[in-house]
Amino acid sequence: MKAVIRIREQDHVATAITSLEPGDVAQITGVSNGETIVVREAIPAGHKIALRPIAPEEEILKYGEVIGAATAPIDAGHWVHVHNCWGLKARRFS
Amino acid sequence: MKFKGYRRADGSIGIRNHILIIPTVSCVNRVAMEICARTRAVTFTHPYGCTFDAEENNTTEHAYIGYGRHPNVGAVLVLSLGCETASAVKVADAIRETGKPVEMLTVQQAGGARASGRQGIEIVQRLQEELDKIPLTEADLSELIIGLECGSSDAFSGLTANPAVGEAADLIVDAGGTVVLSEITEMVGAENVLARRACDVQVRDELLQLIKKYEIDLSFSTEDDSGIFISPGNIAGGLTTIEEKSLGCIYKAGTRAITEVVGYGNKPTRKGVIIMDTPGFDIASVTGKVAGGAHMVLFTTGKGTPTGSPIAPVVKISSNNATFERLREDTDISAGDILEGKKTLQQVGREIFDLVLRIANGDEAKSEYFSVQEFAIPNVSVVKKEAIHAELAKLNDFRFVQPT
Repeated sequence: MKAVIRIREQDHVATAITSLEPGDVAQITGVSNGETIVVREAIPAGHKIALRPIAPEEEILKYGEVIGAATAPIDAGHWVHVHNCWGLKARRFS
Repeated sequence: MKFKGYRRADGSIGIRNHILIIPTVSCVNRVAMEICARTRAVTFTHPYGCTFDAEENNTTEHAYIGYGRHPNVGAVLVLSLGCETASAVKVADAIRETGKPVEMLTVQQAGGARASGRQGIEIVQRLQEELDKIPLTEADLSELIIGLECGSSDAFSGLTANPAVGEAADLIVDAGGTVVLSEITEMVGAENVLARRACDVQVRDELLQLIKKYEIDLSFSTEDDSGIFISPGNIAGGLTTIEEKSLGCIYKAGTRAITEVVGYGNKPTRKGVIIMDTPGFDIASVTGKVAGGAHMVLFTTGKGTPTGSPIAPVVKISSNNATFERLREDTDISAGDILEGKKTLQQVGREIFDLVLRIANGDEAKSEYFSVQEFAIPNVSVVKKEAIHAELAKLNDFRFVQPT
C-alpha cells in the first residue's frame, strides 16, 4: 500500500512518499492509528495531501506548527501546495 | 565518549593533521593547487582577496585566520601574490598565536608561479616531516564542535535526514559536545520555535534580532513576496512556504537549549547548541562554521551534493535511499529507511552519532577524497548596495551605474 508521513497528530497535511493517483488508498504513517486516506487528486512524491477539509484562510499545520494558510477550500485527499496555500511570513511585506 | 586526535600547542584537539595552504588572493589559486597536487597539503580556491570593500576584506581575512587557527590544521603556508588588499602578514601573525608552524611565500618576490610552486613544495615537504611526528592522543567528544548544514533539500530532508541529525545532535550535546546551527535565512518563519529554546533572555533576544535583520535585508532585495526565500527547486520538491522549509531545517539541531549566538566565522565560547550568523548559501555557511572551529560538518541533502571542506570532514546524510544509491560515492549515510518504515528516527540518529565518532577517529568521509575544496564568504555587501541603488533609482539618480 502507498504511504504518507504525518509528523504530529494535529497536522492537517501528510507528505506523500511516492506519487499518488486519484483513487489510491494511502496508509498514514509516522504518527498514526492505522488510518488511511483516499487520494482525490494526482500528488507528486514529496508533496502534501490534505488529511481533512481545510477552509479558506484556515491555518495549515505540519510539524504541529503553522506552515501557512489556505487560499481556497481544500477537501481531504487533495494536493496542498503553492496554488492553495500561502505562507503567512511572505505576505507581511506585500 | 573518547576518540584519538592531534593535541595542538594551544590545547585544542584536531581530528585531522592537515598542512593548509591559504592563497590570500584568487590570483595565486593555481600555485596553491599545484603544490597540493604534488604533496599531501590541502587548499581551497576562491575569488577573494582584493577589494576596496572594507567589510568584504575583513570577512575574508577573518575566514583565512579561522581556517589557519583550526585545530584540524597542523601547519600553514600563507601564499600571497604581493599587491592584494587582504594582508598576508596579518593573517600569518594571527595564526602564529596558536603556536603552530606558519610559513609565508610571496609569488611576486619568489620569481612567479612556477618558481613559487617549486619553493612551496619544498616548504610543505619540510612541514610534513614535522607533522608526521605528532602522536595521536586520547580526547573527549565534549571537545568537539559539529557543524550542521543542509543543502539541495527535498521534502524528505525535513522528514527523515534533519530530524535524524537532530537525534544525533541531542546525543552529542548530552555527551558535553557542541553543535552549530546556522543559515539564518532558513530560520525565518520558525523564529518563535527557536526562541522558546534559548537558555536565557539575552540569547533569545539576540536570536530574534538576528533573524529579523535577515528578514528585512531579504525583503529589500526580492521582488515577489509569494515565493520569498525558497527556491524553485524547493517548490518543485514539494515545499510550499518558508515556514514549512524552516521548520524542517531547524529539526537538525535537536531539542536541547540554545546557549549562544555567534557572528560569522566566530568560535563558540560555550558548549551546547550554538547559532551562527551565516547566509543560506551552503558553501559560505560551511566555510563560516569551519572558520569558527567546527571539526566536522553533518550535511543533510535531498538530491545530493559533493561539496566539502579542505580541512574538516563534511559528512553527507541523504534523506532518501534513491539519492544514496545514485550518489553513493558522495553520500556517507542514508536516512531513507525511515521513509520505508524499516528504521525509526532514533535508530538512524544513533547510526549518525556512531559515524561521527568513527570519523573523529580518522575514518575518511566521502567528501575528503580531494585536497582542493570549496570556500566562500557571505556576500552581504551586495544586498546592501542593491537596496541603496534601488532607492537612488527612485530619485532618478543613476550615478551608481558603471560606464560600459
